[in-house]
Amino acid sequence: MGNPGLRLDMKKSVPFAIVAAALAAVAFLPRFASAYSVVFCSSVIMYAALSLSYAMFSGPTGYVSLATAAFFGVGIYTSAFFGKSLPLPALMIAGGVFSSVIAFAVGAITLRLRGVYFTIFTFGLVELLKHFVLWTETTFAGTRGRTVASFGSVTVFYCMLALLTALLLAAFLLRRSRVGKALSAIGESEDAAAHIGINTTAVKLLAFSLSSFAMGAAGAVMATRWAYIDPGIAFNSLMSFMPALMAIFGGTDRLLGPVAGAIVFAALEEQLITRFPSLYMIIFGAIMIAAILFMPSGVTGLIRRRPAKRKEDVPVGDS
Amino acid sequence: MLKVKGLNVAYGGVQALWDVSIEAGEGEIVALLGANGAGKTTLLNAITGVIPALSGEAEFEGRRIDGMKSAELTEWGIAYLPEGGRLFPDMTIRENLEMGAFPRRMWRERAKRLRDVYAMFPKLREREKQLARTMSGGEQQMLAMGRGMMSNPRLCLFDELSYGLAPIMVDEVFGIVRSLRERGITVLMVEQNAYQTLELADRAYVLENGRVTLGGTSAELLGDDYVRKSYLGL
Repeated sequence: MGNPGLRLDMKKSVPFAIVAAALAAVAFLPRFASAYSVVFCSSVIMYAALSLSYAMFSGPTGYVSLATAAFFGVGIYTSAFFGKSLPLPALMIAGGVFSSVIAFAVGAITLRLRGVYFTIFTFGLVELLKHFVLWTETTFAGTRGRTVASFGSVTVFYCMLALLTALLLAAFLLRRSRVGKALSAIGESEDAAAHIGINTTAVKLLAFSLSSFAMGAAGAVMATRWAYIDPGIAFNSLMSFMPALMAIFGGTDRLLGPVAGAIVFAALEEQLITRFPSLYMIIFGAIMIAAILFMPSGVTGLIRRRPAKRKEDVPVGDS
Repeated sequence: MLKVKGLNVAYGGVQALWDVSIEAGEGEIVALLGANGAGKTTLLNAITGVIPALSGEAEFEGRRIDGMKSAELTEWGIAYLPEGGRLFPDMTIRENLEMGAFPRRMWRERAKRLRDVYAMFPKLREREKQLARTMSGGEQQMLAMGRGMMSNPRLCLFDELSYGLAPIMVDEVFGIVRSLRERGITVLMVEQNAYQTLELADRAYVLENGRVTLGGTSAELLGDDYVRKSYLGL
């Protein structure tokens, strides 16, 4: 954690190599796997990207954001508007940029709020955008939904994989950076962080916009798979909850936590939805409660390497 | 160096400071003494702009500092340690220290600053991987001081450094303050522990009900009948 610069020692480059190998292996999947597997894997990777971008901001700061669906939806509508004139990578960038711009504007107003007030506002943002888009579409375009150009499932797969790879790298670099440390400091004690000279609003704003970029990019890709979208599909609040739950389940202390959470949850969702369609949400909820009770730091929190954690029952300020 | 002129501060209509003027010269240790509620912490908060003043000003090296944000204060060489230090409990000692060099210009030099601070506080180096929450109160106070030193300040504002510490830790903490003077750092410290503070400080002010009622060198105050009776219990 403490090494300055980007020097990688042997111990740290091993997980790095494993992740790179795993991503490379996944990249060969469309060569031999069934069409269904490719589509399913695209969904898993999408969830991993959303969950990781959620964890990028909410993990260290502890600010629970339920705006994921809002930025995802902005990406979806980017593809709906420009899908017929732009290639998919350009749509991803455009979706990301639009999402970041909106995140910046919204964050500038709301990141002064703390705790549950921030969460409530971010949740409201999803509904706000949904109804705003619905109103503009019905009023000006005279339509409710739109068709989106398709690029084929293999293109979607590779674009998602590229997004996840870039995101892993970005999250890794952010975590080691000065801003990344400031984000953790804000999560530990926002007053103390402000006190030692961290411009907390600016740091939060930067991370919030950065994380929403990936959400918008993911939305731009997924829209092309759905062929038809409307505000209800694009701004579905489940897309706010799922990435947050996956990140909590996997653990936000490690980069791979949200990815692990996404893989487990997406596989679980697929199984439960096909086998127990009516009980699916109940089973899901029970697993989530158990996870929070027994693994407060998530799956990756179980394999913890932090030193001096044993004496943690000594409260702060006790002499 | 530090000049505070005619500061008036009110909290929700109740005036807490009345026309307070104090000064601290370069490399001087200046103490603010007074009972609970006399306005000592309020004065530090007003100097650092945590609370706005009704009138008056605070300047450091000729620059107004009372309206500055804490990020700017750090960059202009001012470290303010509020009571209790405000550490990051789940970060290691080393991580806490590194955060003290957050402003961009200092961040690049943090390895050098860290060596410097470890030289001042060897105990912190020995335990750099320990979490801040697992330290004793005195050690946490040391860490808070060390984190303040990471930004290489020229002026330190300390609020109740000795509060809640065992006597042996008070000696140690005051010893560090003395070493700051040797480095030419100006110190303005709020204390209730009048006797030990006057032995350490060069000069001191007495605050009572929001007004400066006395000021002078430590020797003068130690010899003052009123101070001896009211603050030293002699």
